[in-house]
Amino acid sequence: MNYAIVFRLLGYVLMIEGALLLLPAAASLVYGEWMVLGVFLLTAAVSAGIGYALHTIKPRSKVFYMREGFAATSLCWVFISVMGAVPFVLTGCIPNPVDALFETVSGFTTTGASILPGVEDLPKGILFWRSFTHWIGGMGVLVFLLSLLPLTGGSHVNLMKAESPGPQVDKLVPKVQSTAKILYGIYFALTMLELVFLLIGRMPLFEALLTAFGTAGTGGFGFRNDSFGSFSPYIQWVVTIFMILFGVNFNAYFLLLMRKFRRAAASEEVRGYFVVIAVAVGIITANIYSMYNSFGVALRQAAFQVGSIITTTGFSSCDFDLWPTLSKEILVMLMFIGACAGSTGGGIKVSRFLILGKTLVKELKTALHPQVVAPARMDGKLLNHETIRTTNVFIAAYIFIFAASFFLISLNGFDMVTNFTAVAATLNNIGPGLEMAGPMQNFGCFADPAKLVLIFDMLAGRLEIFPMLVLFMPDTWRRF
Amino acid sequence: MKIILVGGGKVGTALARQLSEEGHNVTVVDTNKARVEHLTESYDVLGIVGNGSSITTLSEAGIEDADVFIAVTGSDELNLLCCMFAKKAGHCHGIARVRNPSYSHELDFIKKQIGISAIINPEMAAAKEISHLLRFPGASKIDTFADGRVRLIKFALPDALDGVAIREIPTRLKSDILVCAVERDGGVIIPNGNFVLQKGDQVTFLATQEKAHAFFQQLHLPVQPVRNALIVGGGAIAYYLSQELLENHVRVRIVERDAARCVELAEQLPGAQILNEDGSNREFLLSEGLESTEAFVALTNIDEENVLLTLFAKKHSNGKLVTKVNRLEFDDILAGLDLGSVVYPKYMTCDYIVQYVRALQNEAGNNIKTLYRILDDRVEALEFTVHEESAATGVPLSQLHLKKNLLLCCITRGSKILIPRGGDQIQVGDNVIVVTLEHGLHDLRDIVEH
Repeated sequence: MNYAIVFRLLGYVLMIEGALLLLPAAASLVYGEWMVLGVFLLTAAVSAGIGYALHTIKPRSKVFYMREGFAATSLCWVFISVMGAVPFVLTGCIPNPVDALFETVSGFTTTGASILPGVEDLPKGILFWRSFTHWIGGMGVLVFLLSLLPLTGGSHVNLMKAESPGPQVDKLVPKVQSTAKILYGIYFALTMLELVFLLIGRMPLFEALLTAFGTAGTGGFGFRNDSFGSFSPYIQWVVTIFMILFGVNFNAYFLLLMRKFRRAAASEEVRGYFVVIAVAVGIITANIYSMYNSFGVALRQAAFQVGSIITTTGFSSCDFDLWPTLSKEILVMLMFIGACAGSTGGGIKVSRFLILGKTLVKELKTALHPQVVAPARMDGKLLNHETIRTTNVFIAAYIFIFAASFFLISLNGFDMVTNFTAVAATLNNIGPGLEMAGPMQNFGCFADPAKLVLIFDMLAGRLEIFPMLVLFMPDTWRRF
Repeated sequence: MKIILVGGGKVGTALARQLSEEGHNVTVVDTNKARVEHLTESYDVLGIVGNGSSITTLSEAGIEDADVFIAVTGSDELNLLCCMFAKKAGHCHGIARVRNPSYSHELDFIKKQIGISAIINPEMAAAKEISHLLRFPGASKIDTFADGRVRLIKFALPDALDGVAIREIPTRLKSDILVCAVERDGGVIIPNGNFVLQKGDQVTFLATQEKAHAFFQQLHLPVQPVRNALIVGGGAIAYYLSQELLENHVRVRIVERDAARCVELAEQLPGAQILNEDGSNREFLLSEGLESTEAFVALTNIDEENVLLTLFAKKHSNGKLVTKVNRLEFDDILAGLDLGSVVYPKYMTCDYIVQYVRALQNEAGNNIKTLYRILDDRVEALEFTVHEESAATGVPLSQLHLKKNLLLCCITRGSKILIPRGGDQIQVGDNVIVVTLEHGLHDLRDIVEH
């Protein structure tokens, strides 16, 4: 592996993190939290300093190959998480380093699982940083870097491939930098739009910002102890709609911007995504109607929870752990389905399920007519063998990781539903699970080793498993 | 001696030339009329058009009184069949070329059952030579004598030895090595002690493995075996070489463009990493670590591609470079290109056969045990076993009138290896290694001026 270029890239990333840390510092300044301000400035300076030192490394070859792309991506996520955890520890808000790392990883991976029992007493700067990590992690740090740096050479698409979710990563336009800029442009515009709608609903600016960050990154850190339970129905609807919008494949938005409405609407994945949401909301509304005795309330609660879980955001407007089993089961299933590929959401992704379904149909056809030539197709195009194969292998790796984590977590001694949903909630980057990991609970009750497993799961889930597993291959670390 | 040679391809042609120049009566048999004509026109040999495995053709070639029968056609099975028939029809020594790796473990059995004297597998021999080079990467060529105890090593002169006279080397570097030949400006010199080395010289010296090791260490040349190798081209040599390297815990990556061959290799070499791609894809080679590999071996079937690949690798890597070249025509051009080590499997086949024939020639006398033609055929290094008293034995070397351009390099006596000095004598039972510009030495007696 070309270590020099990987370190150089990490240098850039840490410098950017140093710059981004100035935003929570500004928030602390506004609210007059001097100690927190100092901590943020110090962390920013350290991050930028280390970044600067690393970025001066001069690599012999400036080309990113697959190996460097994978390694740089996963190392970059580990580095920013460690650096991002520093303010939590130094301010004393989360004194245990493992807890602080859990909180930061949960932020950057847009999981939104917290170890904090109460968040309302936290300093504003810290609250801001927690939610802001969602926004950074949602579209990806490296994609952000790619949009800033005028990197030449086609090989940088390997970085985007390693960081962006989905079975196929396509560039929108010929240049990587332009693609990254367009993605961040759409991301920023949608965030602003949500902010405006929230402000119209008379939400205070600070809370509106945190909500927008959490929704945009499909993160889910709350800033009230009951998440969104105490907000007005209008705010809850705005958040619901924007959560669902951020779970849509950003390629569709790009097509809309290009006025290719028909192609945008033809995307099977986006259609499938909305169908799943509609069906899930319908069933849950009927199922919980008796609890609320009002169709409007039941629909709102169902839509909020479905939108929150399928996009892997993890906000909650009520304690869905108290819902009937049918509704809870639907939510658990939605956890695995996840959002669209190319969105900010996590999970296995709708497109993968579509590919799996189509492959299944194809195999059944082949079983009946062994000589039949019936290739599976998506969006009118043939699915190539490579895509089908990586999807299958992804599912296999996903199951292995899930099973291994499930076993390791169970050593903690909690019940099965807690363990199962805790792994599901972290590996799919959702946040809340059920029982002891439920929406009104927190992950603070897990022991440190269990938290480390969940930290790995969050990173593996966000980076879609392979980049994290590649770190364990000796071949990655060899020069040859 | 009367020699029948079946197959007039590259090796056949080289053999026809070499053996006829050494004074043997060579009859070449090939099915291709044009080829036979070309051979008979170019060299002093008899040509017969026909199938080498047909008794009629063989009788026509005079199999009854032939001494040696050599089969080097393109087909292994045909070579074996020819040798078998020749053996039955006459009383000759049969030599067959067999290349298919699936026979590589069965050669002894085949030899015994068919009654063939020698079987040559040029790919395996080439792989062995490359593997030697990778284990001692400072050298550009290594030949072994005395059952591997003595080595003849060629290397490019480092700056540290520029302007040093040969007799200064032992005192300067505290190394007991003997410089046998120096290539300079396209010519070869067998130097004496006053010879001054210059930058750009290709120096060949003789030493035991340990001494060569120490010598290279003094010169800060690489002596540690390589730990990984990138091989382009997945043919038979790549297979034998990888097997050898994997046994020595060297990590191997093979680039092969044919997908089906890749699957075969992956099956036969579970320890190696097989990559299915065109080896001339620059980006791909770089992405697979060309810059950090410790050895790059170009083994495709196309000489031009191998040379280009090596030149490309030389630009990007500091590793050991090895190039396989099949055709013998342009060796002088290649020597000027500084390609690192160049391996000619066809030369090796030819060398082996010539060595075998010479050894047969004087069975009763002083045998040639090993023969290498080094430095593009212009110098020969020979190892004799001394069986009987002669003009060369029992006389102190200082009183022996050796031929010009001939160097007595080494005497192995039992387990002892002597770098000879003036007072030493050659004794019966010794093995003697000689380097000479003269071709066609057959006997130890020939080293003395008559």
